[in-house]
Amino acid sequence: MTGRGLVVALPYLWLLLFFVVPFVIVLKISFSDIDLAIPPYKPLLVWAGKNALSIRVNFNNYAFLFTDSLYIHAFLNSVKVAFISTVICILIGYPMAYGIARATPKLRNILLLLVILPFWTSLLLRVYAWIGLLKPNGVINNVLLWLGIIHEPLTMLYTPFAMYVGIVYSYLPFFILPLYANLEKMDWQLLEAAEDLGCRPWQAFYKITLPLSRNGVLAGSMLVFIPAVGEFVIPALLGGPNALMIGRVLWDEFFSNRAWPVASAVAILLLILLVPFMMWYQSVQARESAGTR
Amino acid sequence: MNQRPSYLIVTCLAFGFAFLYIPILSMVVFSFNASKLVTVWDSAHSPTLKWYYSLLNNGEILDAAWISLKVAVINASGSVILGTLAGFGLARFSHFRGRFTLNAMTTAPLVMPEVITGLSLLLLFVAMEQLIGWPAGRGITTMTIAHMTFSMAYVTVIVNSRMSTFDTALEEAAMDLGARPFKVFFVITLPIIFPAILSGWLLAFTLSWDDLVISSFTSGPGSSTLPMVVFSKVRLGVSPEINVLATMTVTVVSLMIIGVSLWMARAAKLDKAAAQG
Repeated sequence: MTGRGLVVALPYLWLLLFFVVPFVIVLKISFSDIDLAIPPYKPLLVWAGKNALSIRVNFNNYAFLFTDSLYIHAFLNSVKVAFISTVICILIGYPMAYGIARATPKLRNILLLLVILPFWTSLLLRVYAWIGLLKPNGVINNVLLWLGIIHEPLTMLYTPFAMYVGIVYSYLPFFILPLYANLEKMDWQLLEAAEDLGCRPWQAFYKITLPLSRNGVLAGSMLVFIPAVGEFVIPALLGGPNALMIGRVLWDEFFSNRAWPVASAVAILLLILLVPFMMWYQSVQARESAGTR
Repeated sequence: MNQRPSYLIVTCLAFGFAFLYIPILSMVVFSFNASKLVTVWDSAHSPTLKWYYSLLNNGEILDAAWISLKVAVINASGSVILGTLAGFGLARFSHFRGRFTLNAMTTAPLVMPEVITGLSLLLLFVAMEQLIGWPAGRGITTMTIAHMTFSMAYVTVIVNSRMSTFDTALEEAAMDLGARPFKVFFVITLPIIFPAILSGWLLAFTLSWDDLVISSFTSGPGSSTLPMVVFSKVRLGVSPEINVLATMTVTVVSLMIIGVSLWMARAAKLDKAAAQG
């Protein structure tokens, strides 16, 4: 083995063992029978009789997921929630990233720091903060009552609204940072040229800035959409008992029902759903870094 | 290029930052509130430090924080080594077998939903225990391995992007002058990418310190981390002690980030001055 090989071998083998092999095991267990044992599944390979090794593959877990409407609903709802959250992140995050990219260099660094700071603070604690803001006797209701805008406290906590607020709030920095990195490289003289040639500012934005920042928007959107589909903490804390998200279903199957094979089947289906988006993200990233050099 | 900022953009920025910071500020304010109701301000007895006192005497939280600290430090150090090797390899060797796979394996953990990573790692540990008897049960070891697996992906990205922006001429010059690749790495490359490695270490530490989902899957009895204890408390309702914990976290993180960015700005200035002089 060469020196080069040695450098990459260690991380390569680590990821192979702890990132790739586990998925093979999840796939295997998703085909196993549930069992009242430790661990709670039956082996896939069984010695049948003397020398015959029989493989007992069964699709029961998958069939179960497709017959019980709970799971299909959870999948569809997760995709819907993640999609809407991504759109809201674009609407809030684009003007912010644009504003930061066009600020003076000194101000830009401060604003960037302010975007990064929440990203470094515990997600759990920041989601927790919204409970205090949204609950019936929470800060928002108290302020609105005090201002006389409402006379009864609004029910906001444990509603889909709370869940959207939580997801957008938590993932907004993930959208802003890649988009900012893209906009920062933009040649703003193009806009001046367009205006000199008679474009209105909005037209120039629509025809020049937006198409040029396409990769930044895509990369940011993927960083919001993909993890949001499988999000567990936010629906569990803000969404209330009816917030049907697939990450939560997987969690409950695993921890409450101890149905490891069913949880594995959910994970495999979720993965099949998300892998195309992950590949898309990687190709966008590759294009983006190729463009810089 | 810095034209007059439009009012629309300034308004958007103001609202956006208010949205990001009001929840954090509310926790800081209410951490000094005397009332147990958390969001109802008890002006007769506030501000008070009584919840700070009670947090620092809460044995369950302190034990969990100690476990989290151990896992986070080992994780950060381990993933910095693995991530630097991977980032270095990806940035400097343009062709090697498995480059595509390594690239994919270091990008995927960044977006993989945590429930999938957590479940798959747990099933791996269970299968390994059945097969080779190691790891015996779940606990700090399994959690640390799990954290390193996703943290190293972040370190790889940071190191890789830093490596791609600096001039290879320095390394080539050292090689031309007869330095061995090993020496070039430690004398030239490492000092240049050190800021990236430091940010990687801090980020890996934070990711581990904050992680709830993957820890819940891979921890064992008696090894509850701080986020796991916080989560079970929060599920039962808001608690003033959590506000205190959040305030302390935000304070430490802010000081750390401001400190590191000031230090990096100074280093960049010195670099510039050296290049010009």
